[in-house]
Amino acid sequence: MDGLAGHILRRLLFLPVTLLVVSFATFYITRWGPGDPIRVYTAGGFSDPEAIARVKEQYGLDKPIIAQYGIWLQDVTLHGDFGPSFRFRDRDIPDIIFPKMWVSMRVAAYAFVLTFLIGIPIGVYAAVKRGTWIDPFLIGVFLFFRSIPVLVLVPILVLLLAVNLDLVPAGGFDGMLSTSMIIPTIALTLPGIAGVARLARTATLTAIEEDFVRTARAKGLSEYTVIMRHVVRNSVVPIMTTVIGLDLVSLIEGALFIEILLGIPGIGSFIFESVKGQDYNVVLAIVLITTTAFVLANLLVDLALIVIDPRVRAGQQELR
Amino acid sequence: MTYIAADLQHDYVVVEESRSPGGRTLRRLLRRKLAVVCLSIIVVLYGAGALAPFIAPYGYAEQNLDISFQGPSLDHPFGTDRNGRDLMSRSIFAMRTTVVVTLATIATGGILLPLTLGMLSGYRRGFTDSIIMRSGEILSSLPGLPMLVLINVTLRPRFVDWVESLERRVGTDWFTDTGFADYFLIFFVLSLFGWVGGARLIRTQVFTLRNADYVLAAESFGASTWRILFRHLLPGVLPLIVVGLSASLGAIALTEIGLTFIGVGIQPPNPSFGALISDGAPRVVFQNHPQLLLIPGSVVAMLILSFNLLGDAVNDVITSRAR
Repeated sequence: MDGLAGHILRRLLFLPVTLLVVSFATFYITRWGPGDPIRVYTAGGFSDPEAIARVKEQYGLDKPIIAQYGIWLQDVTLHGDFGPSFRFRDRDIPDIIFPKMWVSMRVAAYAFVLTFLIGIPIGVYAAVKRGTWIDPFLIGVFLFFRSIPVLVLVPILVLLLAVNLDLVPAGGFDGMLSTSMIIPTIALTLPGIAGVARLARTATLTAIEEDFVRTARAKGLSEYTVIMRHVVRNSVVPIMTTVIGLDLVSLIEGALFIEILLGIPGIGSFIFESVKGQDYNVVLAIVLITTTAFVLANLLVDLALIVIDPRVRAGQQELR
Repeated sequence: MTYIAADLQHDYVVVEESRSPGGRTLRRLLRRKLAVVCLSIIVVLYGAGALAPFIAPYGYAEQNLDISFQGPSLDHPFGTDRNGRDLMSRSIFAMRTTVVVTLATIATGGILLPLTLGMLSGYRRGFTDSIIMRSGEILSSLPGLPMLVLINVTLRPRFVDWVESLERRVGTDWFTDTGFADYFLIFFVLSLFGWVGGARLIRTQVFTLRNADYVLAAESFGASTWRILFRHLLPGVLPLIVVGLSASLGAIALTEIGLTFIGVGIQPPNPSFGALISDGAPRVVFQNHPQLLLIPGSVVAMLILSFNLLGDAVNDVITSRAR
């Protein structure tokens, strides 16, 4: 247990270092960038140099970048204050960001579950049918879906389902129980299935050759029971736990394009607008929050793996 | 080197001449029909991209407003776009962008950086290892795509300024004319974020290789670190890199297309599949002229599928060799 506890503690202790480096780099990159937040703040409303100087002073934008970073760091660590948003003046940054994240999480929720619900059975089935045409055919079909760029897939889905058949709205988001979930769910699920299926297939193929599977067969269990109870539980489940983290990342990345294409007011389209609108403090806050979420999610996955798989607990298998 | 391979399917034993393990792997790969088909598609598309100025019937920015939105014809096999530009020529030039971006990025972020940093990290251990791996950990915990967008948006104006001042000093327009800044930024950012996974794999492999007798022997002769890395450790870790190359090429191509699609990648008039897809994607255009989205979309899908299938085949061949 010492090695594992140490591993997790080390990663937890390294999180503040990560956040410090990331915040400084992001802060520097954004301040170094084009334009001037004042232009955004005033929306070109007034150009009196004195007024601009006053606003600059008010937000500390007249100071050197290092000093600005120092002030920002102090505000965040001492008061939990991420600074003002230049586009949404009267609102706290967390109040703007978290509702958007909540939208994105709900949009991706079905896809997250469906990728595994479809991918695992397909991978296991392909492995069982190894040597027949079914195996390469299934894997090939889902590799094909993975190869269509979402940028092409989404307009096709919109034309088919929204315009021609008039079944679903062409964009937006009206809650998880509405038809507006259908297009994003298809577009987020289809590309992800191939990866999960391939891993499930490999895991199953390895497990099928194990001694305990031969024993299970020898004692006369039906093939279905052998696969479901012995193969799937022993090989597929632990491997899937490690992929969940990766899958989460790819969902967030895929969501950026899908939210922009479908006009969904989630965090993906919001960070894009914030970058384009030079809303530095918002960008910085989103980057830090998602970084923390990534690190914590990966740690949770490791913890879950320890709970699920006794081999990891015993230190026989290594964590990343 | 001569080696004996049993071909179980045909029930006989063949003796093959092959100079290197790489040659053997390639030979096994070429025995798979699907892999050969994929490889041919990739070679044809990359060849077309590399030779774009010589084989494209029109220029990528050549407009003729009299023939805008034409369907496929003999003069314009893929039809024309809103500005009467030939879609086939634009696709071929877009392929050139894909060729440049993917090859430059894979050479640096897919091969050079992961190899050097991974081997150094695994061989030197200690402080060097900590620095490299901790940097990797920080980079990999960042949200990748949003960071790519952010860096491209904020660094582009600075970088373009810098390139222009360089041009004035040297007295050339080459960089601006070719859109060098856009290509370089995409390549730089993708390489920066791309090396971590490969470096980790290689580092773990080097941990086991560094105690091999031949490495200890080289050390006792007083070989330098770099000599040990590239003469003695490299052959042992190279297969690890090769396995992932094909799939990464596809992923890099898709990322460039995505960035250009949302307007932060290759800037017009330089062609990219991202630009072609974004021209064809608006609903009105797609409804009336579906070929403007479907043709570039199919070319991209075909290329990515070939990369994915080829990657699977390479993986099979290399892992079955290791067994």
